[in-house]
Amino acid sequence: MDSLLNPQRPPVFCPGCAHDQVTKALDKALINMNLAGNQVVLVSDIGCSGLFDTFFNTHAFHGLHGRALTYATGLKMTRPELTVIVTMGDGGLGIGGAHLLSTCRRNIDLTLLVLNNFNYGMTGGQCSSTTPQEATVGSGFLNQIEKPMDVCKVAQAAGAAYTARSSAYRKNLPEAIEQAIRFNGFSLIDIWGVCPGRYTKRNKLTPASIEAQISEMPPADGPVEENQRPEYGSSYREKSAAQKAPSPPKTIEARFSAPETGRQEVMILGSAGQRIVTAGELLCLAGLTAGLRATLKNDYPITVLRGHSVSEVVLSDEEIDFTGIDSPKVVLALAQEGVNRKKSIFGTLADSARVFKAREVDLPATAADVVEVDFKALGIRPPDRALASLALMAGENRVLSVEMLKKALKTRFKGEVLEKALALVQKEMR
Amino acid sequence: MALCFMEGNEAVAWGAKIAGCRFFAGYPITPATTIYNAMLAFLPPEGGVCLQGEDEIASMGFCLGASMAGAKTMTATSGPGISLYSEHISFAIASEIPLVIVDVQRLGPSTGSATRGADGDVQFLRWGNSGGQPVIVLAPTDVADCVTLTVHAFNLAETYRCPVFVAANKEISMTKESIDLEKLPIPKVVNRKTAPEGEAYIPFAVSEGSRVPDFLPIGADRLVRQTSSTHGEDGYLTVDPSTIQRFQDRRQEKITAAVDDFTFFDELPAQNADILLITYGVTARAARTVVAKLQAAGEPVALLVLKTLWPVPEALIRQKTQGVKRVVVAEMNMGQYLHEIQRICCDRTVDFIGTMDGNLISPARIEEVLSNG
Ligand code: SF4
Repeated sequence: MDSLLNPQRPPVFCPGCAHDQVTKALDKALINMNLAGNQVVLVSDIGCSGLFDTFFNTHAFHGLHGRALTYATGLKMTRPELTVIVTMGDGGLGIGGAHLLSTCRRNIDLTLLVLNNFNYGMTGGQCSSTTPQEATVGSGFLNQIEKPMDVCKVAQAAGAAYTARSSAYRKNLPEAIEQAIRFNGFSLIDIWGVCPGRYTKRNKLTPASIEAQISEMPPADGPVEENQRPEYGSSYREKSAAQKAPSPPKTIEARFSAPETGRQEVMILGSAGQRIVTAGELLCLAGLTAGLRATLKNDYPITVLRGHSVSEVVLSDEEIDFTGIDSPKVVLALAQEGVNRKKSIFGTLADSARVFKAREVDLPATAADVVEVDFKALGIRPPDRALASLALMAGENRVLSVEMLKKALKTRFKGEVLEKALALVQKEMR
Repeated sequence: MALCFMEGNEAVAWGAKIAGCRFFAGYPITPATTIYNAMLAFLPPEGGVCLQGEDEIASMGFCLGASMAGAKTMTATSGPGISLYSEHISFAIASEIPLVIVDVQRLGPSTGSATRGADGDVQFLRWGNSGGQPVIVLAPTDVADCVTLTVHAFNLAETYRCPVFVAANKEISMTKESIDLEKLPIPKVVNRKTAPEGEAYIPFAVSEGSRVPDFLPIGADRLVRQTSSTHGEDGYLTVDPSTIQRFQDRRQEKITAAVDDFTFFDELPAQNADILLITYGVTARAARTVVAKLQAAGEPVALLVLKTLWPVPEALIRQKTQGVKRVVVAEMNMGQYLHEIQRICCDRTVDFIGTMDGNLISPARIEEVLSNG
């Protein structure tokens, strides 16, 4: 296979830049692997390493700073057959830290070449997440008070299945890159090199000193034993194939006629654990069985197991425009939390409005017709009170009928839950 | 008659499914999370992909990669997420990457209130990109719109190779509603135009008479280049001012010059109306209640509900405001789209009804303003 380097666009790095070595080594690896340009996508980051994609005749994706791994993930998940190689400097590594950690955790089949030259070359040699504390860089004293990170160590801790550390000047870099690309999972090579344009103007760093430093680092030379596991994409596809497709939205035939015409507003005021939202939905479904339109708005705090729970239902034989509630025809006041949440509504209730109120709940003054229900005495537990109240409404043919409620229950529930719910409705009817 | 009962977010997912969405990535955020839930339920069994990013930036990055690999792609978030999407919105605009972005707006500013609605992102969606190039924003009023406008959003993203926003609102997205799916006017599904076979592929070249480059996915036989940097037809960096300006003009015009082709709206027209109420989103529903009532009482009031917000459908607004003495704008914010209407109707009174307290604007409030002009 021929070189994939683009003869029209030779590298334009500063003389002596280590990126040149990596460009050549990457090309050699691709040649050795017999890969054609259209089988490979180079995803490049920002900074001097961001020019990488332009030197190669492959597919190319160049984007925002630190995000290269995210594009590569989207590409690889959509086209698993592609060889996806990401180049990134120590700058991209730092700004995209969260993406690095997550990519390690996922173990998706990408290869990341970190072109690590210990500073931000393009913007003037400022410190990066790998700058030694003793270095003199373009960020004044700031690098002296931050600890540089060991890329491989961080990646290993995050679950990377393959990490390697290399000097850009090693003869076997092409083989190291090839080995990383061939690894079925996420592979990372931390490639140390010199930036003569910025870094070595004020700091001493040579191929020899890089080798010396690397030799003192903990080893990172390929597969990380404790992190070996299946590749993310293949696991994803395997799990996906086992998922059941959701059933299409259920339709409800209109088969009954509703006891009342016009717009009916119902407010259910309760607390967490009283199945208020379920009752609101049942009321709407009951409306649908009579061909009514329905809207349901729920209000509950972010902490779902505590506090108020309010459902606002509108039923109508015409299209429903406004979904807010002005003057409910029925209010189910089942818990103090809910009543407190909607205090202001009680003063506005018409005298034709009906409030079913649990015995222990205190109501603000209201003109509405209030019926007190002693759920405790009736042996109805808090989670059943909202449904029981719907049964009370149905028993009076108020807004919904018993057959509408029963049909709604049959639409929503199955098996034992349905039996219990129907039994409860039956009990209320008596 | 057979009705379904679903919330706006489920309806958006349903629309995405109809449109042929194959990739979704997002980060959970109230009130948009149930879109992610629904996509996670339906994409994997169909061989599609649904991912949860480590953050909103990653989610958008996944989407851009997937879309460039050829998948119809969607993401969903709320205001705080749109803030984090910004750099990638700019990328999608600059580099012509088709993508549907659903913004289920919640009460801001900032993290604001997770479970309260607002339409506070309307100018943010338009201008929240670096470079200020135009975007398409559609605004649903109900669950039915959530289905149909999502299909339109995909079609527009594919046609114009750009990000398209669905500007929903917690009050639509998390409100469940009856809907007759059978009767929905589902638009015909459009796919991005691919480059003709047998020719050399120039990633950003446009054919004669078109403003939109033909697409090939990364991974195609012919090589594809994508870049967020200022580029020419070949997808390489350019510093040539005339190429740069030509690209700015083309990206601008491909959207602004086409708005008449996707000006979606509803109305309650009235002969010789003196007053026109203009609104969008969930507020359209209170507006409809009031205007229908006033019209029944013989009042000369008309209603225009905009479902295409950006680019501003100026031709429509000019036409509908002709002969009208007073224009009233109602929106769930402190006055954002108002500025667009004032700009177009600069020769007459434009009154404003707005709140940002987490409650719907009530019919009573609108009626009061319409009746006491
Ligand atoms: S500034 Fe440094 S990294 Fe950039 S091209 Fe020059 S030597 Fe290489």
